[in-house]
Amino acid sequence: MTATTESAAVNRIGLSKADYNGASSTLCNGCGHYSIANVIIGAAYELGLDPTRIAKFSGIGCSSKSPAYFLGKSHSINGLHGRMPSLATGATTVNKDLVAIGVSGDGDTGSIGLGQFKHLLRRNVDMVYLIENNGVYGLTKGQLSATADLGQKSKHGGLNELPPIDLCLEAIIAGCSFVARSFAGDPKQLQTLLKAAFSHRGTAVLNIISPCVTFNNGEGSTKSYVWGREHELPLHEINFIPLEHDEIQADYEAGAVREVAMHDGSLIRLRKIDQEYDPTDRMAAIRLLEEEHSGQMFTTGLLYINEGRQTLAEHEKLVALPLVHLPDEKLRPSRAALDAINAEYS
Amino acid sequence: MIATDAKQPPATNAADRRTPCVNDFSITIATVNGAGSQTANNTLLRAIHKMGVPVSGKNIFPSNIQGLPTWFTIRVSTAGYLARREQNEVLVALNRASLQEDIRNLASGGICLYPLDEQLPLRRDDVTFYPMPVNELVKQSGADLKLRPYVANMVYVGALAWLLEIELPEVEAALSHQFNGKQKAITLNYATVQAAYDWAAANLVKNDPFCIERMDRTTGTFLVDGNSAAALGAVFGGVQFAAWYPITPSTSIVDHLSDYLHRLRRDPDGKATYSIVQAEDELAVIGMVVGAGWAGARSMTATSGPGLSLMAEFAGYAYFAEIPAVIWDVQRMGPSTGLPTRTAQDDILAAYTLGHGDGRHICLIPGTVNECFEFGSMALDLAERLQTLVIVLSDLDLGLNLWPTKPFSYPDRPLDRGKVLSAEELTRLQGDWKRYADLDGDGICYRTLPGTNHPAAAYFTRGTGHNEAAGYSERPEDWAANLSRLARKHDYARTIVPAPVIDPVNAAEVGLISYGSNDPAIQEARDLLHASGIASSYLRLRALPLESSLTEFISSHKRLYVVENNLDGQMRALIQLHAPADADRLVSIAKCDGLPLTADWIAASIAALEAKEEKP
Ligand SMILES: Cc1ncc(C[n+]2csc(CCOP(=O)(O)OP(=O)(O)O)c2C)c(N)n1
Ligand code: SF4
Repeated sequence: MTATTESAAVNRIGLSKADYNGASSTLCNGCGHYSIANVIIGAAYELGLDPTRIAKFSGIGCSSKSPAYFLGKSHSINGLHGRMPSLATGATTVNKDLVAIGVSGDGDTGSIGLGQFKHLLRRNVDMVYLIENNGVYGLTKGQLSATADLGQKSKHGGLNELPPIDLCLEAIIAGCSFVARSFAGDPKQLQTLLKAAFSHRGTAVLNIISPCVTFNNGEGSTKSYVWGREHELPLHEINFIPLEHDEIQADYEAGAVREVAMHDGSLIRLRKIDQEYDPTDRMAAIRLLEEEHSGQMFTTGLLYINEGRQTLAEHEKLVALPLVHLPDEKLRPSRAALDAINAEYS
Repeated sequence: MIATDAKQPPATNAADRRTPCVNDFSITIATVNGAGSQTANNTLLRAIHKMGVPVSGKNIFPSNIQGLPTWFTIRVSTAGYLARREQNEVLVALNRASLQEDIRNLASGGICLYPLDEQLPLRRDDVTFYPMPVNELVKQSGADLKLRPYVANMVYVGALAWLLEIELPEVEAALSHQFNGKQKAITLNYATVQAAYDWAAANLVKNDPFCIERMDRTTGTFLVDGNSAAALGAVFGGVQFAAWYPITPSTSIVDHLSDYLHRLRRDPDGKATYSIVQAEDELAVIGMVVGAGWAGARSMTATSGPGLSLMAEFAGYAYFAEIPAVIWDVQRMGPSTGLPTRTAQDDILAAYTLGHGDGRHICLIPGTVNECFEFGSMALDLAERLQTLVIVLSDLDLGLNLWPTKPFSYPDRPLDRGKVLSAEELTRLQGDWKRYADLDGDGICYRTLPGTNHPAAAYFTRGTGHNEAAGYSERPEDWAANLSRLARKHDYARTIVPAPVIDPVNAAEVGLISYGSNDPAIQEARDLLHASGIASSYLRLRALPLESSLTEFISSHKRLYVVENNLDGQMRALIQLHAPADADRLVSIAKCDGLPLTADWIAASIAALEAKEEKP
């Protein structure tokens, strides 16, 4: 797309795609995180999300730096290694109007942050949670992460002999209500999943294989581009149809379509390749993930969805107005209330 | 009436029994943890308080649920002294395991109440022993088996009421307060009190000087613990969010917070104007609190030393990224896990410098329950005004024990939400705004909140180096400028945190410096010192950073004693940094054994140093 066409086009809230850009990237050329940032820009633009309502959360790592490179008109907080989930929990609880998007790495989520990750999912905090999974620590230069493949070589020559943690499996087990996997090299699928994730109420986890071209793109690595392109096994073609955009419907073939209703009335339609697969079947998702391990296979697409879970904010039974917007009179009880308490103590 | 042959052992050699000792003694009730004596103890405490006599109560309990010794001490003092004393005159000895030690520790001339069927392991000629037929009276009470242990505690309430002349109507009123007006419980317990009282009247021969006489020194005050006051303060400070992870002795802050908020901060339809999240650990607690503070909420947590240490990285981050948040640290003794149910003031240095890299936190140090209330809301104001972390340093003694206080006063100032730019203000500024530009010279910059509907509102919050516009920067100039602005902000904070409370004494050479829950012990120690010819001024610190009146106090006294409840003299070290020229003149009077400091110990330590040829 040329610069002129880009600036000419605007989305449903009148913003151009450039309005969703961030600072210029300092990631390595060709880094998977880079293309994910572009996909986020595309998805937010297409959905017509108001950037001022979006809040970006991240931990520490190359991946966690990347929120600087998209949605420059959105507030962002780059917190501590592994502890983005708690930041997001606090912020979204006090302002449930925020559209929250978290970006994390596999080290950030799968190692130091595994506990917070699981508890975030258990609480079903309303947010999109992206894991940019490259099987290594990028920012600290190439150490093995907890999602590294069995037999993966580390920068200093050691072999990984430990089984990788499958973050999708961890997510499902923790009660996550939206679990998808995608690949940074397949922006079309990723963008569709991302749009669906934005419409999900509760935590939507997208575990995205995102090659580190500098430290883990070697032949044989399941996190490399080559491996990804060769081994990717799309589970189903997926298209997200927000209410406002029914025109996309035309893209679908009748018959092989499965619809999953989102809470806001929009639908995700899935075209299954494996006719048996039902993304609302939690056990099936777990089985699929367990089975693919033996074949070192990754399945992309929506692995599991459950639109029925309460989010943390709902569970908290909060007033309709976000807590941060309450006027001071609502926050400080009356003088009479204190007098009554003093009297009770006396 | 039970017919017992409650023969009292003859009391010989005891201190003068004829001169009455009115309203000036301490009572200790020794029980087994889990025996449910708290209601009985508080009933006694409240009844005496209601008779107008100054009292304080301290619960010294083990880190255990059942079986270990626990002591409750009640200090009764005409002069209004509230500190713990080294010795007690009245013992209720209900714990066989500590019986010998408890009797041994009694003051000469003291009295010991004990269960009739208990074999005393130690007799003392200078102590009067009063047996109580606890089992008999409990059987008579008619309470079912489950309730009997609780009723058993009422036996000593009744017996003491007779012995010490505590007015029964006040006991009944105190029971009603304890049971929140639940009549069945009040009736059952009071019946036992009355039975024990009648039994004592009929069977005991009072042979001791101790009694309580009505005064009017507690009018207009009530008893409350620091943690309740802290929670209430936060509620009236408009707290919006709290996250927590249970840890003694801070847990009750959140328990009370939750109760008060549930009651006071819900809309008519029952929806909450606050949120409390129990996190998975303290790493998550502080992350949630900082996240909520960043998003614009008044946000807090309560913890103790081991939790505080887990919060260190985020504390440094909050300082540097300039995010408001409040931590109540109710200090307890020792490293993790130390003595979790014993008091100390041993997180001073850790709290002030919590985090890595340069950074210092605002610390508030309440010395009374009323200040716990006041600082409960002030901490939230200061955090937002200064856009930083505020740590309130309370301790177990202040937090969990009951202290007399005047009613809490309604905060007279509006909530201070600090320098927050709205979308309208940004429009007026034509979007020309830099997150970290110090426009007012106080080091505090203007912030916007996430969700502010203006294209120029957003900025990037990070722990990494940044320039005025919040852009990533590794330029040495940017880093240095930012750090010195933060130091400027800290200096400004010095002028708005609560100033020390100073009681200067003309021409006194000795200056005492202390803080927090040591206050009652220091006040009493000063009277003891005065009686032995040593006049002293007193400065009670209430916040960090230290401010200028401290410097003046130091220079206007010859010898300075910094009194604190930790071993290393942590506050002295900070004062020495603050006033390096006077470092040598600052003498540490520090002790850490898990118990609150006593006036006797403080006065004796200082008197000994003052008696030296070469004074410090
Ligand atoms: C508490 C803490 N420990 C260690 C580090 C060092 N550190 C920075 S980034 C990183 C790993 C990042 O890896 P990952 O999350 O996989 O992200 P990537 O850089 O690969 O995108 C580590 C260990 C840190 N910043 N904080
Ligand atoms: S080091 Fe790897 S993860 Fe980091 S930016 Fe470069 S390619 Fe991406």
